[in-house]
Amino acid sequence: MKKPFGPNWPFAIFAVLAIFPLFPVLDQWFFQATSRSLGDQLPTLFIFGILALALNVVVGYTGLLHLGIAAFFGIGAYVTGILTVPAYPFEVGFWIALVLGTLFAAGAGGFLGLPTLRLRGDYLALVTLGFGEVVKFSLRNLDSITGGTRGLNPVPPPSIPGLSLNWAEDYKPFYFLSLAFLVGTYLLLWSLERSRLGRAWVAVREDELAATCMGLNASRLKLVAFIFAAGLAGLAGCLYASRMTSTVAPDAYDFNRSIFLLCCLILGGLGSRRGVLFGVFLLYGFDNILSPIVDDLIQRQYGTPEKIPVTVGGTQLLTLPANMFTFTGWRLFVFGVVLILVMRFRPEGLIPSDRVKEEFHPEPNPKAVVDGEAL
Amino acid sequence: MLFAAEAFDWNNLAQQALNGLTLGALFALIALGYTMVYGIVELINFAHGDLFMLGSFLALTIVGFFGLEDPNALASAATWKVILAIVLCFLAVPVFCAGLNLAVDRVVYKPLRNAPKLAPLVSAIGVSFIFMNAGLFWGGPQDVNFPDLIPNLAGTEAPNEPETPAADAAAPAPETKASAKSAALKNLLGDSPIRLTAKDLLILGVTIPLMIALTIFVKATPMGKAMRATAQNPTAARLMGINTDRVISTTFVVGGGLAGFGSVIYALSVNTVSYQMGFQNGLYAFTAAVLGGIGNIPGAVVGGIVIGLVRTLGSAYIGETWTSALIFTVLIIILVFRPSGLLGARTREKV
Repeated sequence: MKKPFGPNWPFAIFAVLAIFPLFPVLDQWFFQATSRSLGDQLPTLFIFGILALALNVVVGYTGLLHLGIAAFFGIGAYVTGILTVPAYPFEVGFWIALVLGTLFAAGAGGFLGLPTLRLRGDYLALVTLGFGEVVKFSLRNLDSITGGTRGLNPVPPPSIPGLSLNWAEDYKPFYFLSLAFLVGTYLLLWSLERSRLGRAWVAVREDELAATCMGLNASRLKLVAFIFAAGLAGLAGCLYASRMTSTVAPDAYDFNRSIFLLCCLILGGLGSRRGVLFGVFLLYGFDNILSPIVDDLIQRQYGTPEKIPVTVGGTQLLTLPANMFTFTGWRLFVFGVVLILVMRFRPEGLIPSDRVKEEFHPEPNPKAVVDGEAL
Repeated sequence: MLFAAEAFDWNNLAQQALNGLTLGALFALIALGYTMVYGIVELINFAHGDLFMLGSFLALTIVGFFGLEDPNALASAATWKVILAIVLCFLAVPVFCAGLNLAVDRVVYKPLRNAPKLAPLVSAIGVSFIFMNAGLFWGGPQDVNFPDLIPNLAGTEAPNEPETPAADAAAPAPETKASAKSAALKNLLGDSPIRLTAKDLLILGVTIPLMIALTIFVKATPMGKAMRATAQNPTAARLMGINTDRVISTTFVVGGGLAGFGSVIYALSVNTVSYQMGFQNGLYAFTAAVLGGIGNIPGAVVGGIVIGLVRTLGSAYIGETWTSALIFTVLIIILVFRPSGLLGARTREKV
């Protein structure tokens, strides 16, 4: 089959992203055009990419609807916070916190998955959703441990032995660190997809009964997927806390985050690594990078938006609110329309994996075509 | 705290249970919309909570049309005007919600009937986003006060009591404020220590007849029978000559209508509406539906009441900030031991 960019275009994009900071003129140019630094925004996107790839393990490979991935993201962030902020006696530094946060989140995944994974599809979805809410409210309410809505700060920057880097002023160190983690995750999943475990996950997704009959232990496979995704989400959480130099607030790890990531996955293409990353760059890129820029432009062009009363025949009918005249005011609407349209016309996602694409649009059997031509 | 007092306050417990029951009845009304749609098309309709939110905004607009938004105007408004506004809300909002739900089904979900299961789910999330955006334009980003029409009807001079900062500052002790508040929420049970307010009566007076009507509709009418058949097996139902498309449309209409009634009751009794309220209340209602066994109509009612009770009793005895966490913990524990909900049938996954 012919592919527009060749089979390795994700690596081409990774390569472009890797050399982007080496040419500061690019970022300067972007900054002049938009008064925003692109290099400053991208690491967050990389972290959400890791998180989406984690969610993809459960939803995409194993086919379980998971609505609470943000909880494990939050657990990773808060473990990092507790282990590194000066308010606690640990202050173990970034790398140990990264390992422990990942393990702790994975453990939480096992704790949730062990009793609940026997639940049927939608019930499982609700349990993950409920767990996410429980974690969010616990983070908010356990004020003495988590700092409540203020979060924990300051989370110190990572330290790399032998290098003294300026993490606060310069975006580049964290840019390269998060990109390295993203590429590492991508490669790990690339090999995992081809491994015995990855193929077993897909088998369980396609037909659990058949997979069980072939001797696969479906419940154990699901549990492993759950724990793996939770751990990876925890890792993303550690990076996020380090990037934000704080655990932000419990609301950063709520149901909206989970749903938004699920939308990235489905928009990009469930089960396809490149699709998932594409979805993240598309939705988060739109939300975090594009829409503030467009808002700035609108404001520069037309001034600060104000509400406009609509009068018909002298009586004031209604007032159009000010946020109707900003780009961000329409953001939910745009997302909604995009999701609906994609589901209607391309339910397999924008860049589906080969297997899923095949299921949606089965290619005509080559032999049958030959037969047809012969007739 | 539960064991701090030497004598356990049974009256308080009974009062909280009553409050939980009324709140639960409200959740049940919304949960019915989730559960009916799920029972027929196996779709978690994420937009249902936001439909409920839009209904409340329509009620607010209708009340504003009568010029009752301002507390001072409300105090001097004629009783017939207030009653007319409430009646009009109860007529227009359910029709609006039912129509909107039907339109969304036609435009968005219907083309996806044979698509994989996640496609309608994600579309429902999309519709929910659009509704939320509409609510944001309609009501603005802040909480909006909904005028307190009910105490006005219950015959007390309530409207100028709350929300006046000067009066609040002047009030010497919290006791006077509390007594003014309880005057507004007049006890309909006379001197009984358990208070039943006009608002409680409104919730129960609307939800119970609606649930009875729904039960009769599903059990005794031909359409109800067709609905049950479609829920059981859509293909077989179609083969038996049932117009399943019409059944699905009816389900969306009925579910939307119930959400409309729910939104008017909510607005009248809680008195605050915001564009985000659909999300939180929809989540509770959805939890109620799953708790009872999704797709099961009595289950939604039971689930709603359980959620209402957990919420009020949890706020009273554990702490208000923990109620949401408590609700979802109860949900997880119940599902671990009863994987298909409280009243759900133990079906095997179709192969």
